Amino acid sequence: MEIKKELPAIFEEFAQARRNSFITAKELKDKDIPMVGVFCTYFPNEIANAMGAVVVGLCSTSDETIPEAEKDLPRNLCPLIKSSYGFAKTDKCPFFYFSDLIVGETTCDGKKKMYEYLGEFKPVHVMELPNTQSENALVLWKSEIIKLKEVLEKHFETTITEEQIREAVHIKNEERKALKRLYALPKLVPSPISGMDIYNILYGSTFKFDKKAIPQEIDKIIEKIKAEYEAREDKTRKPRILITGCPLGGVSEKIIRAVEAQGAEVVCFENCNGAKSVEELVDEDAADIYEAIARRYLNIGCSCMSPNPHRLRLLGQLIDEYQVDAVVDVILQACHTYNVETLMIKRFVNQEKGIPYMSIETDYSTADAGQINTRMAAFVEML
Amino acid sequence: MLSLGIDSGSTTTKGALFDGTNIVRTQVIPTTSNPKESMRRLYEEMHTDQVGYVVATGYGRELLPQADKRVTEITCHARGAAFLCPKTGAVVDIGGQDSKVILLDRDRNVVDFLMNDKCAAGTGRFIEVMMRILEEDLKNIDQFVAGKHPVNITSMCTVFAESEIVSLLAQGVDRGDIALGIIQSICKRTSFFAKRLNLHDTVFFSGGLAQFPIFCRTLEEFLQLPVVTHPMAQLAGAIGASVIGYQKAKQILK
Ligand code: SF4
Ligand code: SF4
Repeated sequence: MEIKKELPAIFEEFAQARRNSFITAKELKDKDIPMVGVFCTYFPNEIANAMGAVVVGLCSTSDETIPEAEKDLPRNLCPLIKSSYGFAKTDKCPFFYFSDLIVGETTCDGKKKMYEYLGEFKPVHVMELPNTQSENALVLWKSEIIKLKEVLEKHFETTITEEQIREAVHIKNEERKALKRLYALPKLVPSPISGMDIYNILYGSTFKFDKKAIPQEIDKIIEKIKAEYEAREDKTRKPRILITGCPLGGVSEKIIRAVEAQGAEVVCFENCNGAKSVEELVDEDAADIYEAIARRYLNIGCSCMSPNPHRLRLLGQLIDEYQVDAVVDVILQACHTYNVETLMIKRFVNQEKGIPYMSIETDYSTADAGQINTRMAAFVEML
Repeated sequence: MLSLGIDSGSTTTKGALFDGTNIVRTQVIPTTSNPKESMRRLYEEMHTDQVGYVVATGYGRELLPQADKRVTEITCHARGAAFLCPKTGAVVDIGGQDSKVILLDRDRNVVDFLMNDKCAAGTGRFIEVMMRILEEDLKNIDQFVAGKHPVNITSMCTVFAESEIVSLLAQGVDRGDIALGIIQSICKRTSFFAKRLNLHDTVFFSGGLAQFPIFCRTLEEFLQLPVVTHPMAQLAGAIGASVIGYQKAKQILK
């Protein structure tokens, strides 16, 4: 906690990136820079970046527009889908507003069906994401990536060269490496940075559109944090929590704060707010760059894959690397795929890793905040 | 030295004084709309010079400034159950508003737990509502269902179960048969919920329903594990809090 106050303006700037970038978005558009709106970690950013477009995440995080969405969509649908759709429908999200094209993937059932309606408000292109990770799937996914390139070329009346793609791959890899350096800080015991701060920086970074500048900015933050840490006197170890499951979006405050208020620290995010979307790099030297991109993205361990071995692989690796004491699996209400996987994750965490596990099902409302606090407190007491 | 445990629940606030070996005094007062005030009142009634450590637990655990420590009801409940019945391997608690299952290890520490706080079905509230429709006092439940043949209640939701019962009554089904059906439904549901944790040892049953033998027996049937309870089961949270408090105080004195 004390760290946050000390951090320089640059840090705040990251946390506030989303807010500020409303203006930035407008400025970009004034400069004729195309904007592609996306909803998922599977979107191969490099292809859009190669033509100089900026990519914005449209996953919405507030329950504000859910009532509006529920006029069209069933109530018992994941809040992330409802909220995102609601923002699109009500035009309340400037990023959605400024997006020239929306790209979705056939991930979970709720999302892909929602895209069918989204087309009523905006041009939408849906990539056919396989739901297995076989070699056949790779062939399909690679062809979908090439198709995306063609769709972009046609939509924006431009051409995307392989050279540009390779350049974009390099820049994106450098960004990933920088973000990894940041979120790896909690490998130190105790962690030099709170989970809430990591979350905010990672989230904020997705709204930093000058991708080339990110590594330098992140490294400045890292340096500052390290200096603070050196000077810190109290270095008692706290229980170390890893968060996995659905993207946190609208429940980040509720969950992360509840953990950290109980005297534990979130040292790692396995989900799409952290390692799942950042950890793996694209092989820059691959002869076939499309295949390298396809492979990198298809490897993502999301529960919409069946089976989903990569989630366990990454989870196991992170539990070891971050000396994790316990795992919290966050399930957004009505997310069937992650909910079904809780059993598999629990078995893996309890039996193979021998540490406690808890799953929490929640939504974007604040109604269950008290209950979540109690559960977290009891969970931390257990450690 | 004594330790004081205070458990602020949604309907009652409970206190227990522990001397290191025995629970020397307990007290229960209703929780008013001002839970902070109820805690303060109980604290003042029970606190003496001999009390060296105070632990607060339950929903209102943050509301007692005099508490030396705040511990969740999960941890306290487990500790209290293990104190009352040392064989306890797991706790099943059916409260007024929620139900919970707690798994203990050999050293009687909490290793896992589940809470159902989203839905009234499977809580004491469910049975309360149903008994009201049957116009029967819950107190007499054991006699009321003796020798009856349970009807199958299929609805999983309090509201739908209510209309199911109304229509059963309209068909002239025996009220005792319906009541036994309700008991089976709640125990079955609770045991499905509980079995998500790896229960394997004696189950300590607490909450308001635990005092009725019919609930213990039915739960035992569905769980296929020995189910025990204790006359002080309702005080398990407060007792656990006082036991934890005593240990803390001893650690400090050391
Ligand atoms: S959890 Fe799966 S579907 Fe959701 S954003 Fe991440 S990769 Fe996409
Ligand atoms: S959280 Fe689950 S249901 Fe919601 S969009 Fe992601 S995968 Fe789909």
